[in-house]
Amino acid sequence: MSQIANSIFSPELAARFDKLVTLYPLRRSALIPMLLYAQDEIGYISDAVVAEVAERIGIRENDVRSVLSYYSMLRTKPAGKYNIQVCTNISCMLRDGYGILEHCKNRLGIGHREVTPDGMFSLEEVECIGACCWAPAIQVNYDFYDELTPEKMDQILDDYKAGRTKETV
Amino acid sequence: MPRLVSHPDEVKIISRRFGQGAAEIEKYLELDGYKAVRTSIEKGPEWIITEMKASGLRGRGGAGFPTGLKWSFVPKQSDKPKYVLVNGDESEPGTCKDHLIFLHDPHAVIEGTMIAGLAIGAKMGFIYLRGEYRYLLTIMEKAVADAYAKGFLGKNIFGSGVDFDIVTQTGAGAYEVGEESALMESLEGKRGVPRIKPPFPAVVGLYGGATVINNAETIASVPHVLLMGPEAYAKVGSERNGGTRLFGISGHVERPGVYELPMGYSLRKAIYEVGGGIRGGKNLKAVVPGGSSTPVLLPEEIDVGLDFDQMGKAGTMLGSGGIVVLDETVCMVEFALRTISFYQHESCGWCIPCREGTDWLKKSITRLHAGGAVDKDIDNIRYLAENMMGRTFCPLGDAAAMPTLGFVKKFRKEFEDHLNGRGCPYKHVREQEEALV
Ligand SMILES: Cc1cc2nc3c(=O)[nH]c(=O)nc-3n(C[C@H](O)[C@H](O)[C@H](O)COP(=O)(O)O)c2cc1C
Ligand code: SF4
Ligand code: FES
Repeated sequence: MSQIANSIFSPELAARFDKLVTLYPLRRSALIPMLLYAQDEIGYISDAVVAEVAERIGIRENDVRSVLSYYSMLRTKPAGKYNIQVCTNISCMLRDGYGILEHCKNRLGIGHREVTPDGMFSLEEVECIGACCWAPAIQVNYDFYDELTPEKMDQILDDYKAGRTKETV
Repeated sequence: MPRLVSHPDEVKIISRRFGQGAAEIEKYLELDGYKAVRTSIEKGPEWIITEMKASGLRGRGGAGFPTGLKWSFVPKQSDKPKYVLVNGDESEPGTCKDHLIFLHDPHAVIEGTMIAGLAIGAKMGFIYLRGEYRYLLTIMEKAVADAYAKGFLGKNIFGSGVDFDIVTQTGAGAYEVGEESALMESLEGKRGVPRIKPPFPAVVGLYGGATVINNAETIASVPHVLLMGPEAYAKVGSERNGGTRLFGISGHVERPGVYELPMGYSLRKAIYEVGGGIRGGKNLKAVVPGGSSTPVLLPEEIDVGLDFDQMGKAGTMLGSGGIVVLDETVCMVEFALRTISFYQHESCGWCIPCREGTDWLKKSITRLHAGGAVDKDIDNIRYLAENMMGRTFCPLGDAAAMPTLGFVKKFRKEFEDHLNGRGCPYKHVREQEEALV
């Protein structure tokens, strides 16, 4: 049983959170991982997530919101089921990262931080994702794809559309 | 999965186990895993620190601080628990080396963390990865769990009477969190705003306890240093720069990739031999030698050894080891703009010279690139950047100003070519090229 009655999270996640807060010398250290995992399950950081996370850690909701607004991966609105994050930072820029971004914009008919009407895809231009030597690189949710060309990009979008997603490594 | 590359000039010390399945603990053990930590337990903290000092290993996070010396600053006696914090935030554009370490040799990070802990008398270590590295966190978590299962972590490690725990976690997207004091704030569940120094982390760090913070590559090098012996390790590198380093070569080269080269290796050879030269037989225009914050080098300035001291003498920095190569088709104003846009986006906003400076630089260079600037704007850009230098709470302000100054100084003519409504001259060249295809 979770420490919180009527948790909004699945029993597995609630149990994980119960453990997470005990790992550190201070409970609050669990805050950022907790927000990320909550977002993975719920889709975004809703008011209910903020409230439960604050209660679990024992801090005010405002403290949670202040942290939430700092980190670029945390969002307060739903993204698409598959969030396409295209790096356009220097190493990717030199290898046509902007071309890949344009290509995604055209294919999906959406711009930066927008979601397709069916909720399937969202698009984001992001800063360096740590795959510079395999540029241009993107992430779809947490999965990396590198050395992209417009053709490879089409294949990836088709695969996701057809439900063929990549198991992480 | 990122491609592994190799070149005959490589000296594989840290990358020795890459591609061999060493993420599995049994394989790691087969490949000399967890030997260095056993020896460390036997010989004790003084021995570890003496060995580390003798190895000439310097921090791979960017600043190149000698690792043994850093560890020796931690007070022996302390009322509060001490900690080891591994910096795997890896967010400097051009840098992707720690990525490969977490992927191919996670146990080396664990073992290095344990050895650092033994050296300073810490019983707990944290391994912090950037939020985007979730799949690597999964690999690290499994490795940590396997090490616990073997009794290598937890109570009484290797029957030594010493306890050691490791917690792994990720951030959630923020470059500034790579700065060591902001990293501690983030690990304590706060916004990644840095702390005023002093006190330094070695005295007052995580949860108020003395803390050693090292880059993931630094930590992963530690077991290798002890395995091969500090003298042998030091000899591989150059003067006062021990060992090897994982250099990322990206941009316009034929064979981009992460290569392990001896410290002091020639930058020219790194580009033309290891990286295979400029893609498509084009000419070299510029090199950003150590991640996006390091000042740019011209083609005639690349006969320099890749170590902290030689790069300093050349007026730039070794930084994170991310070598970004630009060919003749690149518009340097556009490149400068992309660079400053990154720092503007990542400024934590605490101090004015950085928060406002990066913003004004971005605005000015945007206007200049579009052709809306006049002569004195170039000097204004320089003046703005000069006045950020050394005036900020943390080095992010400098990291934004330094490359900008380099671009303006070394490519002034190209900035001038954009003036008075002319806009980017390269845009037309590119459009012509595209029309031909
Ligand atoms: C803005 C900023 C970002 C940084 N990002 C990183 C990083 O991503 N990884 C890292 O190891 N060091 C980073 N550093 C350097 C750390 O503050 C620190 O010096 C380093 O982790 C110490 O480890 P080392 O001695 O092993 O190099 C950054 C510094 C600054 C100012
Ligand atoms: S220099 Fe920039 S990132 Fe560093 S504290 Fe100041 S505003 Fe924040
Ligand atoms: S610049 Fe795109 S991954 Fe680093």
